[in-house]
Amino acid sequence: MPHIEEIAQNLKKLINNTDADYVEARLESNQSSRLSYRGRELETVAETTSTGGNIRVLYKGGWGFSSFNRFDKLETALARAREGARLAGNSQSNISFVEPVTLKGPLPEYDPRLISLKDKKELLDSYNQIMWQSAPLNTSFIGYGDSYKQTLFINTEGSFIDQSRADINLRISAVAGKNGDVQQSGISLGSTGDFEQLKGLENDVKEIADKAVALLKAPRAKGGEYTVVLDPILAGVFTHEAFGHLSEADFVYENERMREIMTLGKVFGWDKLNIVDSGIMPGLRGSYLYDDEGVATQKTYLIKEGKLVGRLHSRETAAAMGEKPSGNARTISYRHQPIVRMTNTYIEPGETTFEDMLSDIKEGIYVKNWYGGTTSMEMFTFSGGEAYMIRNGQVAELLKPVVLTGNLFTTLKNIDAIGNDLTMNQGGGCGKGGQSPLPVSNGSPHIRIQQCLIGGS
Amino acid sequence: MEHILKLALTKAEEAEVFNLTDEEIPVEFESNRLKNIQSKQSTVIALRIIKNGRIGYAVTTDIEDSEKLVDMAVETAEFGMQAKYSLPPVQDYLPVQTYDPEIEGVTIEKMANLGQEMVDAVTKASPEIICDAGVSRHSASVTILNSNGLEAKCRSSLFGLGIGGTLVRGTDMLFVGDGQSSSRPILKTEEIIQNVLCQLEWAKEQAVIETKTMPVVFTPHGVESALIAPLASAFNGKMVLEGASPLKDKLGEQIFDSSFSLIDDATRDYQASSAPFDDEGIATRVTPLVNQGVAANFYYDLHTAALAGTQSTGNGNRSGGSLPGPGINALIIEPGKVTFEEMLADIKEGILVEHLMGAGQGNILGGEFSGNVLLGYKIENGKITGRVKNTMVYGNVYELLKNLTAIGSDSRWVSGSLNTPSIYCHSIAVSSK
Repeated sequence: MPHIEEIAQNLKKLINNTDADYVEARLESNQSSRLSYRGRELETVAETTSTGGNIRVLYKGGWGFSSFNRFDKLETALARAREGARLAGNSQSNISFVEPVTLKGPLPEYDPRLISLKDKKELLDSYNQIMWQSAPLNTSFIGYGDSYKQTLFINTEGSFIDQSRADINLRISAVAGKNGDVQQSGISLGSTGDFEQLKGLENDVKEIADKAVALLKAPRAKGGEYTVVLDPILAGVFTHEAFGHLSEADFVYENERMREIMTLGKVFGWDKLNIVDSGIMPGLRGSYLYDDEGVATQKTYLIKEGKLVGRLHSRETAAAMGEKPSGNARTISYRHQPIVRMTNTYIEPGETTFEDMLSDIKEGIYVKNWYGGTTSMEMFTFSGGEAYMIRNGQVAELLKPVVLTGNLFTTLKNIDAIGNDLTMNQGGGCGKGGQSPLPVSNGSPHIRIQQCLIGGS
Repeated sequence: MEHILKLALTKAEEAEVFNLTDEEIPVEFESNRLKNIQSKQSTVIALRIIKNGRIGYAVTTDIEDSEKLVDMAVETAEFGMQAKYSLPPVQDYLPVQTYDPEIEGVTIEKMANLGQEMVDAVTKASPEIICDAGVSRHSASVTILNSNGLEAKCRSSLFGLGIGGTLVRGTDMLFVGDGQSSSRPILKTEEIIQNVLCQLEWAKEQAVIETKTMPVVFTPHGVESALIAPLASAFNGKMVLEGASPLKDKLGEQIFDSSFSLIDDATRDYQASSAPFDDEGIATRVTPLVNQGVAANFYYDLHTAALAGTQSTGNGNRSGGSLPGPGINALIIEPGKVTFEEMLADIKEGILVEHLMGAGQGNILGGEFSGNVLLGYKIENGKITGRVKNTMVYGNVYELLKNLTAIGSDSRWVSGSLNTPSIYCHSIAVSSK
């Protein structure tokens, strides 16, 4: 593989030799492996190595960007980025100041490359077997992926940051069918490269197989408004999708109307609601030292005591809004420019127990687990993996999975109970601007939402 | 590439080298102004081998290090799935046009002008709207070599234009947008602009809708957001093989209304997703999936076809650098005879769905769609009376297409891989608050 340290030295000289307002370059070397099963069969075992880089140039407020995975024409790549910036630039460059950083970051604690394919396969084989022994399934899916990535970041301000990270993700789902009805149930988890965390899932795997079959017999929820209780996994997805994306400043900074909606100090929810994005939590997939613009990550309160108090920034959005950069500019690979992204996003725990939260609900819906979610800022829709009726303060019969939807602003205000049981979920990944899946995590305690719209027949 | 093939064959029975080289220039507008211009170059090589009857697979960006690539593939072959197929021999390909040299002549300045034209026209009609727009050109070349003598090469070009606008009033947000793509340069922006202006006009007022079952018309974009994901998965040979498709034993049966026909077709000249061969070198063709309501075919790649005891339909797709699996080339829903205006005129109270958000999150395998109407309008006495909000549409593709009321004559390409008319169904569950 090409040595990116050497290339970085060449690039450093090159980028310091332009008349642009600011230039940065990234180099990346990535090794990954993937195993997937469909049904009883192992379907894919694949290994990938990839090396590449990019140069980003800022000139008169316009960005030019050039990405490559051949390293013999760095001058051309720079010239193209420079030309792009010249054509796009027509005002003034404005990015917030950060101290230059020279850093060789610590190596990741875990290295999935050291786990043999044989060991990976053995663990997944055992889960697949358990699933198929547990219940009559139509099919099943297991997707495992790991990666080990080194990134080098240099800029014309003198930064040189060398960071490496490891990542593992696993998704297991079971699919059952009968008379044209098809139902599925799954789990999704991840780690910062620690393979041990994927062990010991035997019961969970059995449970999802049983659940997929049970869902076939479950009735469908009647569509309409309900009091809903979300489990920590789904509440975490809600926090990420519905609110987290709205607090990404790139949606806001050039839009006067959006800036009005997202004015700091505005009341978004009741005074017990606190929402945080924090890239400094050890051992979580969304954590890192410096973002892809060389800004240190931090803990950012987005909502404190119900009021909007912060948002997530790149250097450009921070400067445009007169706020401090938060270290949230991230990119999924060298093919893309950094954009404002979340890290680990969660609702801080409150004091209510799960039992108390249910106790005064006469008829409601308890929604658990994650299936997917998307947002258009004002409106969101997200799906639970399983749902139960709540009757007279008790979790009652299983329902087919439900889709929840609503207006973010009213829904946040309709949260009226926050549990004491914060759990962070490491599964899945985040997609934005064609960059997916970015490792993030999200979490929450159980929460209760009044008047939530549920899709149904 | 030949040397990789040669080296691989010293260690394996069969081998295939897939090489994709591409260059892309996206010109992007953010918040009504030209924001950034990119140039992206990439090369990727994938090696598939069959060793001791098992599949090995490795991918790299480093074309120099063929030994490492072969080693990785050999390592994975120890655990890989059983090869139930042989790599394909030389094929005859249809002469599908996929490359227009004129695309190289479209300068970045010209692309920026096209973007500016769209932004100017939309902001002129709606001064408070904030638009993001993009104009991009892309050229790629694919080469596939295998040890059974196959040597396939294709050069392709792609030009794309698109605009999306956000209009915020209070905390109310309206999203509009449209786009086009082709292998040839698209130098006219009128159609996209007209479509966006029409969305803005229809969404000017807000309309209130009750929770009940009512007639729904899906525009071509609406069809894409609500109905396509379930259909694409139901006809996927892999889903069928696994028993996960509700259509698994329905070939030859009347599953939908007889007015509904659907084909997969990668052979139309200069269409964005056309190609003479798929990602395994198999010739592409026209595959009818639904013929006048009757389930006609499923679509396959080599591996799935071998397991199912049938032939690949030229739908081997390597999305995300993975091993090929069955994937859609380009879906085309055959247009009907009813005009869009006639559909509206038929409705006393109903909704027109332009974009259903989150519809693909539900139980896609079961054919369900359930989503929030991100962009949609109320129809009253045949007229559009305003935008509906806080509204969910719920249904099942199988029931909907069985009981559809009419198929429009207004077919268009809504993405590079879908051509569809509007679809009208007289009773769909709508909940609103």
